[in-house]
Amino acid sequence: MFYKIEVFDRPGVFDAVGSGIKKDILDLGIKTPPDVRFAQAYLIDGEISQSQVKLVCEELLVDKITQSYRVLTNDQRPTTNDLFMIEVAYNPGVMDPVEESVRKGIRDLGIDTAVSVKTAKRYMLKGNLSEQELKTLSEKLLYNKLIQHVVSDEAREISHGEVGYSFNLITVELLNASDSRLAKISRDGQLFLNLAEMAQIKNYFKKLGRNPTDCELETIAQTWSEHCAHKTFRGKIDYTEFIKVRGRKIARKKKIDNLLKTTIMKVTKELKKPWCVSVFKDNSGVIRFDEKHNVCFKVETHNHPSALEPFGGANTGIGGVIRDPLGTGLGAKPILNTDVFCFAPPEYPFTDLPKGALHPKRVMKGVVAGVRDYGNKMGIPTVNGAVLFDDGFVGNPLVYCGTVGIMPKDKSFKETRVGDLVVVVGGRTGRDGIHGATFSSGELTHESETISSGAVQIGNPIQEKKMVDTILQARDKNLYSAITDCGAGGLSSAVGEMGQDLGARVDLENVPLKYSGLSYMEVWISESQERMVLSVPPENIDELVEVFSKEDVEATVIGEFTGTKRLELYYKGDLVCDLDMEFLHNGLPALVKEAVYIQAKHSEPQFPCPKDLAKSLVQLLSRYDICSKEWVIRQYDHEVQGASVLKPLTGIVNDGPSDASVVRPVLDSNKGLIISNGINFRYGFFDPYWMAASCIDEALRQIIAVGGSLKEVAILDNFCWGNPDKPDRLGGLVRASYGCYDTAKGFGVPFISGKDSLYNEYAVHGRSMPIPGTLLISAIAVTEDVSKIVSMYLKEPGDLIYVVGLTGNELGGSHYFALSGSIGNNVPRVFFKKAKAAFEALSKASASGLIKAMHDCSEGGIGVAAAEMAFSGGLGMELFLTELPYSPDVKRNDFILFSESNSRFVVEVQKKHQHKFESLLKGIPFGLAGCVSAGKEFKVYGLDGKACVKADITELKEAWQKPLRW
Amino acid sequence: MNRPKVCVLRTSGTNCDNETAFAFKKAGADVELVHVNSLVLGAKGLGGFQILALPGGFSYGDDVASGKIFANELRFKLIGQIKEFVAEGKIIIGICNGFQILVKSGLLPGRGECAREATLTINDSGKFEDRWTYLLTTSDQRLTTNCVWTKNLPPVIYLPVAHGEGKFITGDNEVLARLKKNKQIVLRYCDEAGKSSDYPANPNGSEDNIAGICDETGRILGLMPHPERHVLSTQHPRWTGQGHKGEGDGLQIFRNGVEYAKK
Repeated sequence: MFYKIEVFDRPGVFDAVGSGIKKDILDLGIKTPPDVRFAQAYLIDGEISQSQVKLVCEELLVDKITQSYRVLTNDQRPTTNDLFMIEVAYNPGVMDPVEESVRKGIRDLGIDTAVSVKTAKRYMLKGNLSEQELKTLSEKLLYNKLIQHVVSDEAREISHGEVGYSFNLITVELLNASDSRLAKISRDGQLFLNLAEMAQIKNYFKKLGRNPTDCELETIAQTWSEHCAHKTFRGKIDYTEFIKVRGRKIARKKKIDNLLKTTIMKVTKELKKPWCVSVFKDNSGVIRFDEKHNVCFKVETHNHPSALEPFGGANTGIGGVIRDPLGTGLGAKPILNTDVFCFAPPEYPFTDLPKGALHPKRVMKGVVAGVRDYGNKMGIPTVNGAVLFDDGFVGNPLVYCGTVGIMPKDKSFKETRVGDLVVVVGGRTGRDGIHGATFSSGELTHESETISSGAVQIGNPIQEKKMVDTILQARDKNLYSAITDCGAGGLSSAVGEMGQDLGARVDLENVPLKYSGLSYMEVWISESQERMVLSVPPENIDELVEVFSKEDVEATVIGEFTGTKRLELYYKGDLVCDLDMEFLHNGLPALVKEAVYIQAKHSEPQFPCPKDLAKSLVQLLSRYDICSKEWVIRQYDHEVQGASVLKPLTGIVNDGPSDASVVRPVLDSNKGLIISNGINFRYGFFDPYWMAASCIDEALRQIIAVGGSLKEVAILDNFCWGNPDKPDRLGGLVRASYGCYDTAKGFGVPFISGKDSLYNEYAVHGRSMPIPGTLLISAIAVTEDVSKIVSMYLKEPGDLIYVVGLTGNELGGSHYFALSGSIGNNVPRVFFKKAKAAFEALSKASASGLIKAMHDCSEGGIGVAAAEMAFSGGLGMELFLTELPYSPDVKRNDFILFSESNSRFVVEVQKKHQHKFESLLKGIPFGLAGCVSAGKEFKVYGLDGKACVKADITELKEAWQKPLRW
Repeated sequence: MNRPKVCVLRTSGTNCDNETAFAFKKAGADVELVHVNSLVLGAKGLGGFQILALPGGFSYGDDVASGKIFANELRFKLIGQIKEFVAEGKIIIGICNGFQILVKSGLLPGRGECAREATLTINDSGKFEDRWTYLLTTSDQRLTTNCVWTKNLPPVIYLPVAHGEGKFITGDNEVLARLKKNKQIVLRYCDEAGKSSDYPANPNGSEDNIAGICDETGRILGLMPHPERHVLSTQHPRWTGQGHKGEGDGLQIFRNGVEYAKK
């Protein structure tokens, strides 16, 4: 029997979903939004009687206090003018985690017969809407056609999209293919391989005297994809730069062999930090934490999937990066997440949206919800992040997700051995996420949503949670010898990587499937989420399977690591792939890419300094990049696991912006971890070199600002860039990499891991728009004693305010210039030696307990930093611009107050510590610039001694909180 | 008995088990994390334990409604064991998702044969929120209850909430009146001074500012706030300004349970 059950709120009960949608409809610009009511529908099919369905409703599906229900036998579909009903269901093959839970719930009720369950969402809209408005509204808000559809015909049974599969080995005609044919094969198959690569593959098979199977070709395409092979960073580059050095124009040429090794990794190698345990090798970078533990950190991006399906994209982005620490060494326990996003501004006009692009507000809401859903359900606190806005991200938002893990010291390395079994654990394999790795190695177009829909998925965090729980148990029982995650490329990349040195054989029919009908090739390259691959000595297999099955997780033997140095895949006895590991991993032809960097030249705006800067300050505080992100932060559980020491929100009413987050992952130890990030794509408009330097400076000064030191800090690089096949895009990337090398070396801070996401362009009818080249620097620092941590809000009237670090005429890319629509030219630089000396002196001061509060100056400069300290502490401040250190070329109140020079801090010190503090800072530019006052007044005195800002902190705070108070 | 034994019950999606275990250990108990499957299959029983703790998380993804599937598992698979546990005078605490499970299984308010007389539903804000809340305890003479878990607390304590479905409502006014009369409402959201106040002081719109209730025996406590997230002084959001207090407000709740179980 087939039943459709509709569950809705009783009258008078707050309909959260309905009212949320109503709010979104207002955002769409529909002036008189309809009334929206929501109902959850469950479709149940199987051997189940009416009385049993009644039991299921009353005991399981319905909360009788808040909800009522009806079982629909005939579809009632009122479509009068003022009542519209839209029912949305997942497309066949899209994972719906609720199904499994409901089936469990039904079994727990004692109903053991086979029952299928589907869910759907019903929206009832009451109001005057045209058909067109209804259509727009449904498409823009209620569903995403990539994963969902509007149920039109009344379903009478549950379709599983299941069909049988009969084996048929497919080979691809390469041996006789012309160049144009090779290019077509790559394009049509979404392989994203260039002609030289296709020719290399052709040659390989020519030697073998046969054509490749589809599976072989796909495996090579994935292994060689930009996403997996990082061929831009590891390849050869002919680089030319035209820059200005000390007023002289110079042109320089350079041949680069492996950009990664000659910049980012070179720093680490040269610094030789003894506490770096495993860098650039495993799925994340590993450093020492204490005598017993190491910690590891990885940051990934999930930009293209998030552009198409923001919730699912961000959801699986977090899910994916969590599996990196889990797949590091023998498995680390995830202890915190970070997330950094770049979107177009929320009020971006609908009419200007490029074809196929979702509106940025929907993207942002979806992305935040996706991270919330996965992170919260995994029980991993999201402790650090940033949100930035620029029109350039309209077709291609950036979604960075990071995870830190902790593991016992002796579980930090892995080694697959010949004879070990290949075991897949966690979720089942379906037809989802096909072509994700290659998809992210090409540009997005307005057709991407139709062509690449298979790349979009929804995650199942509970599946991943139980997988993490059980893997850590198996790890502690020493039941396996190696582990890696099934990320982009699925089994293909996981098994290919683990068996790289030994060889592997897999019997594809043994991989557990979500539904039947998958071909051998789909099984192999599917990127279904929540799966890991283990290498298990045969003698441990029974015990291992038991550890997993006890907690309802599947662990299945699918093959063996062989020692043949070949990748051999079988489907029910038929050989479907037989590749030489050496060719697969090292056969990629070396390409030489061309890169040109021409330093941009803009002009500085000319305008007089306004007398009253209070208005500018208010405007700056309301900029989307600067304003409070409380709406986002509160939706994330940032305290689960109980380790938080300094939360992302701080202050007398817990709503000020912390510079970095601090956790103590071992609850009974005083050792802590500090997590921060630096990102500012605007500086890249002038020079990616200084952008990179500024990002590193920002990440490090945030660590200093919370009382940390440079002693044990590691950083990660994440580049999101345009198409590297275009010389101008690649030129900027090279230039930024040099900035990374010089700055990290200057500060003595090693990189331990990184990732690049290239091809972030959005093509509409042949015109390609790159995103602003963006570098995220994530930093992790070990701190000996969390009781020395410092927060950013003002503590006590009468305390002294110092400004540390020199303010220069560096407003290029500043938010202050942006207020008047200009960008300027003088990009902030970093003076490594001086900056390092200042950082070290401040570390000493905080370790000696001399600092009451400290905040770093970034977007909006000293003005914004000081104001944030004041309103977060609920106290006033007086600041004298004449007293703080500035260079001779900035003799203007507005420039001093809002310049974004690097390496600066505003510091609160008790009067009794004045002498000690100042003597620690000897030789470093600093000024005793003011004091904390008891009232609510934030007052800045300009160079002429007159007040240039007089503002009430309540008003400043309101300006800062209002923009994203959604 | 020196160190009572606590069963921290977990299942798919439980995620506050480790910090709950840490809090109980700090309060002087021994703790075992037990997966619900081993109770259902009989591989383990509750016999050796004096305290049962249902920690926070998203059991079974909180699919259908928060805590619902796990609550049904208790009702239909484990109710005999749990009733026996309670009948022996042993004690139970449910935190956040654990509270949702206790309420949806009818173990709280706990009248008769586990009548389901209340629920925890979607916050008035419509979203998941992590924020710190002040809670009025029952230290006030007029409010004194027999709840074993909430003794010896200062008049106002400070704990974080982190949930999307924490709005406590009863089916009808009689139930609420009875909860009041029996002094089963042991924690109420309030402002810093202990006065009742609206959002965000009451973070979810709970009826009568209810943050936690006990059953009629006082031995089963359920609460939305997380006492296990405030057992160390550095967990307080303003310790950098106010200094260390030695321990967090939540620890006393665990200590109460442990002390009771010792007797």
